[in-house]
Amino acid sequence: MRDSNRKSASSESASNLVPEQSAIEIVGLHKWFGRFHVLRGVDLEVMRGERIVICGPSGSGKSTLLRCINRLEDWQRGRVIVDGIELAADLKKIDEVRRDVGMVFQQFNLFPHLKVLENCTLAPIWVRKMPKQQAEELARRQLKRVRIPEQADKYPGQLSGGQQQRVAIARALCMEPKIMLFDEPTSALDPEMVKEVLDTMVALAHDGMTMVVVSHEMGFARQVANRMILMDAGQIIESNEPEAFFNHPQHERTKLFLAQILR
Amino acid sequence: MSAVQPSYVTRALTEAEPPPAARAGGAVAIGSRLLNRPFNAALTAVSAVLVVLVLWPAARFLFVDAIWDGASRVDCLPETVGHAVGACWPFIKAKFPQLMYGFYPESERWRVNVTYAVGVILLVPLLIPRVPYKGMNAILFLGVFPILAFCLLVGNVFGLPHVETRSWGGLLITLVISFTGIILSLPLGILLALGRRSGLPFIRTLSILFIELWRGVPLITVLFFATYMLPFFLPEEWRIDPLLRVLIGVVLFAGAYMAEVVRGGLQAIPRGQFEAAMALGLGYWRMMALVVLPQALRVVIPGIVNSFIALFKDTSLVLIVAIFDLLGQLRAAFADPTWATPATLFTGFAFAGAIYFLISFGMSRYALFMERRLSSGQAR
Repeated sequence: MRDSNRKSASSESASNLVPEQSAIEIVGLHKWFGRFHVLRGVDLEVMRGERIVICGPSGSGKSTLLRCINRLEDWQRGRVIVDGIELAADLKKIDEVRRDVGMVFQQFNLFPHLKVLENCTLAPIWVRKMPKQQAEELARRQLKRVRIPEQADKYPGQLSGGQQQRVAIARALCMEPKIMLFDEPTSALDPEMVKEVLDTMVALAHDGMTMVVVSHEMGFARQVANRMILMDAGQIIESNEPEAFFNHPQHERTKLFLAQILR
Repeated sequence: MSAVQPSYVTRALTEAEPPPAARAGGAVAIGSRLLNRPFNAALTAVSAVLVVLVLWPAARFLFVDAIWDGASRVDCLPETVGHAVGACWPFIKAKFPQLMYGFYPESERWRVNVTYAVGVILLVPLLIPRVPYKGMNAILFLGVFPILAFCLLVGNVFGLPHVETRSWGGLLITLVISFTGIILSLPLGILLALGRRSGLPFIRTLSILFIELWRGVPLITVLFFATYMLPFFLPEEWRIDPLLRVLIGVVLFAGAYMAEVVRGGLQAIPRGQFEAAMALGLGYWRMMALVVLPQALRVVIPGIVNSFIALFKDTSLVLIVAIFDLLGQLRAAFADPTWATPATLFTGFAFAGAIYFLISFGMSRYALFMERRLSSGQAR
């Protein structure tokens, strides 16, 4: 059951897309947590340069689906292929995929015992074997990109929530990933700080990054998403371009969900 | 009838002001709290009396009534001196070499002193945070120093005569066993803790078995078994030095305890830290070494230092296998008739107690210093 709306999305915004290259392919994904069937046959294809926003009620499995993409969760049935590499039990392949897929978490998950700069240079130095000097230059560039270069020598505990999340984005960007995954990046932030993080993500989108975002920020979705996906009870209910999704929802669940969040 | 609150818009913003000056000094603050109510005043009085009741006799015994010079027990008897006697310090002076070195040949004692000196020279810079070259320092102290100490103390190389471990004793034995135990039990404990949390059932089961086995038996049993029973199980040619057997037993025992302390620390680290490290592509060992263990060990410094101090004091159990550590040598010294006086026992234990206290307290204070330093860096 392929995602039939993909064609319309790609024809509309072809200028944003790199020539047809599949970044993520999820085929018939089923996952159980014990007896609970959390993912029920999910099929999804994300092309290079596409920005997907996944929304849905809590418990719908959207975060779980996201975390399957870099195998933070495993699954019982189905296939996940990222950038041509199939994710299975092979640890080497998993690490290879994780190097090229950056993830930003709801709770930031910065390393509290390291300074901001060290948080960012840790992976380039130890995974990509970059020399320290080069890694630090890269880190400072990314910190400038997220507009907090002056915080490089502080500890995460000394920063505000919005700044911490931006550091988390910079940290992920330091690995120069091909795909960025965002798991409700602004849900733990005070409202005043949500904008600064969303602005950073919009800038990232305009730079052509392939992004899969689980979020309730509909304004952001309208701005940069190629596709909106609604998930409920472990399956994709509806997938469409943002304008069509918001203005002409087709499935009952979609209409219900939109009515609840777009008061 | 409720009054309606008028709406309000501020006219001027209040600037930040410095806080009011603190009340007059520490002594007054303490004093005011100790004596402000009759109950507190009574408690203070009782505590003061108790302190004086304990400290004064101790000070009198140790310093005021103590004898400082003498050649034998006669000099420490009340009849000779004319007044009630306190500690008999000449006894300690006379026995000092045995207490420090055991029966290490006198001509070779310089080797022990050199070992101590090198140990201190390498350890002190490692403990002071500001001193650079920590990596090199650690390699020297943890890698080169043990080998050097072994060569110096045992001998048989570079023309140094062999000194059997049977001759070692006193503080030398205490420090050798403690040092080896402390240095080796921490890495062993970390590996066991990681093994116990492993996803691989084989590793996990092995780790659990090891930990439970070594925690389930008393250290005395371990020492006894290692020293007296093990030779029956091993062929003749495999005779291992008795001290080495003790060292192995102590390290395995302490490692099992340390494993559980470290496991507690690992459990305290939020899952998100593991996930963030994994998402960055750090493999298992890099994740543990760079992200998880630095945080986990920091959290359980009190538990780790607790284990170290307990290990240091547990070394006195080696008396059971006829190895004479500081306390063992002390008990042997008590048997000397030349020094039998009523005060000898107290003097001896006061001296040994002071040494144990100094070292344990030193470890404890240092740990506190490191804890404060490590958490201030995170501005928690």
